[in-house]
Amino acid sequence: MSTLLIAKQPFCFYSRLILQELTGLKAVNLSQLLKYIREVPDAVIYYHTHRFLQQHIYLNPEPPNDFAYWVDDVLGVHDLAENLASIDTIQFFDINSLRQKIIYTIEQYLKANPRSIKRKANISEVFHFIKAISFVFRTGFVAYNLEEFISILKIITIESIYFHIFESRLRLGNTKTNDFSYWLGTSVNELELAKRLAKLDPYTHTMEDLRKSIVRLAYAYTQT
Amino acid sequence: MLQTENKSNVYPGFAKIRDYEKFVGASVINNLELLASRLKGKTIQNINSTSVGGGVAEILNRMVPLLREIGVDTHWDVIKGGEQFFQVTKKFHNLLHGRQDLINAHDFEVFMHTTELNIEEMDIYGDIMFIHDPQPIGLIKKKYEDKNRKWLWRCHIDVSNPDQDVWCFLKKFIVKYNASIFSSPQFSQKLSIPQFLISPSIDPLSDKNRELDIQVIDDILNKYNIDKQKPMITQISRFDYLKDPVGVIDAYRLVKKYIDCQLILAGGTATDDPESVKVLAQVQEKAGNDPDIHILLLPAGSDIEINALQRAANVVIQKSIKEGFGLTVTEALWKAKPVVASAVGGIPLQIKHKFSGMLCHSVEGAAFAIKQLLHSPEYAKQLGLNARENVRLNFLLTRHIKDYLLLFLALYNSSDVVHL
Repeated sequence: MSTLLIAKQPFCFYSRLILQELTGLKAVNLSQLLKYIREVPDAVIYYHTHRFLQQHIYLNPEPPNDFAYWVDDVLGVHDLAENLASIDTIQFFDINSLRQKIIYTIEQYLKANPRSIKRKANISEVFHFIKAISFVFRTGFVAYNLEEFISILKIITIESIYFHIFESRLRLGNTKTNDFSYWLGTSVNELELAKRLAKLDPYTHTMEDLRKSIVRLAYAYTQT
Repeated sequence: MLQTENKSNVYPGFAKIRDYEKFVGASVINNLELLASRLKGKTIQNINSTSVGGGVAEILNRMVPLLREIGVDTHWDVIKGGEQFFQVTKKFHNLLHGRQDLINAHDFEVFMHTTELNIEEMDIYGDIMFIHDPQPIGLIKKKYEDKNRKWLWRCHIDVSNPDQDVWCFLKKFIVKYNASIFSSPQFSQKLSIPQFLISPSIDPLSDKNRELDIQVIDDILNKYNIDKQKPMITQISRFDYLKDPVGVIDAYRLVKKYIDCQLILAGGTATDDPESVKVLAQVQEKAGNDPDIHILLLPAGSDIEINALQRAANVVIQKSIKEGFGLTVTEALWKAKPVVASAVGGIPLQIKHKFSGMLCHSVEGAAFAIKQLLHSPEYAKQLGLNARENVRLNFLLTRHIKDYLLLFLALYNSSDVVHL
């Protein structure tokens, strides 16, 4: 443990904001949902697998993705909804792999339950495919060692934590793990802490709980 | 000759951007300032059809001074038109909303005649032209004057089921814009230009939404002879078939069999809408002589009364058959009220069923949800708290400003990930 070790590269905290673009694509049943999930850009899949997390950050644990929520609440296909909701997003390193898993889950369900295709949403509840346009920017906070990193984590915005845990890894493909673990492992040589943070499943925390968990893990590590 | 009006310097006593910090936190305001700094050198010119009355003017009145305060050179101009022009655009409005109205070739001629006069008279000077609703839509004909100028068309109305004649007429203009903006995914149409989703918002500092002293609330309940000890189910809306006030009474009666409660139906009358008088008469007949049904006709400007009635309610209901975004729902959610509302228009964007309110599809469904909430005050309280947090994060004025700033920046960046 080396709390005062100066990082090879400082950690620059970024943040991001999103703008929602309507694609005009709509699904009324499972076959249309599947068709468009196959076709839409990655930015659409990203939006629908992470929107709930961003807009309802106070409601966790286990926020459903939009597909699961719609299949459950609108189509009433509860078992498929459960399968979609339980896709372990953290296991995927890019959007396309996640997309393939969603496609596979729906395809398998339709094969086993072909009559479910007849379930239709009424006109006011069709599924609208939306794209997330991300605007990424530096927050001005920079950590040069572990202590500074922990101090900043306590006060940085939720959006910044969100960016480094979810978006940077999955959408921008910056690292195979989250940005925090990557930096701790490669720039300050805190491999054990990096491993512990990488093991966190961020999809089962509220954002504030996630912040607390990371701070708690890092602080406990400095005390050992 | 038409006179256009510049609204840019008329901002009497509105809130400052840092006044919103107590609701959303300093980081949100910091982000707005950062985004604003990236728009340095750009001029935004808003254009709509009226400077007073109506939702668009209300939003611009609050938003323009805040944008200017954070350093975005924002202006607001208003087109002019005669009585005939506005009669035609009223017809457009009704027909776009899917209501019945008669329109003919002469109406389109009237619209184009006034549009041409505005094109001649209007000073176009923005780097970004932000055109609101159908009335000034034809100004896009000036796009050829400067190829670098960006044009946005903001649709504030529900066009989920528009009259095709009017929509096709407007579409010829819309497709010439750089982008369009809608308030709900349901309102989007097949268009060849980008369409952005930006929800409307409420202002937590307005009279309709600000905190009220308990004494103010009590005084207003006393004024309307409402018993504050008896559970209150409240719907705030115009007396309009689409708000289904008769259905609300049916739902109340189903609840009343089990819970001694009262119903408050409060809203304004629209003098230009003869139908509202008919609806009101039907509502009064349906209510009969039930002393626990309070039908309140509120004059324009009764914002504090509406605020108080929402705050006093145990359950707020919005049993609309059709709805735009449903800002009265947003207002109730902001007050941490458990809300039972139809899953129509923009309401499902605001309420996640059983998370932040209850969605319903029928009188029986509405009644069942109301009973659940009145019987389970802790659950109702949790829904209300979730709802308020959802509004705080997603439907306050500061989020609306953020979305507009991102939209302006998106006009100069075509990527899905923009590094500022």
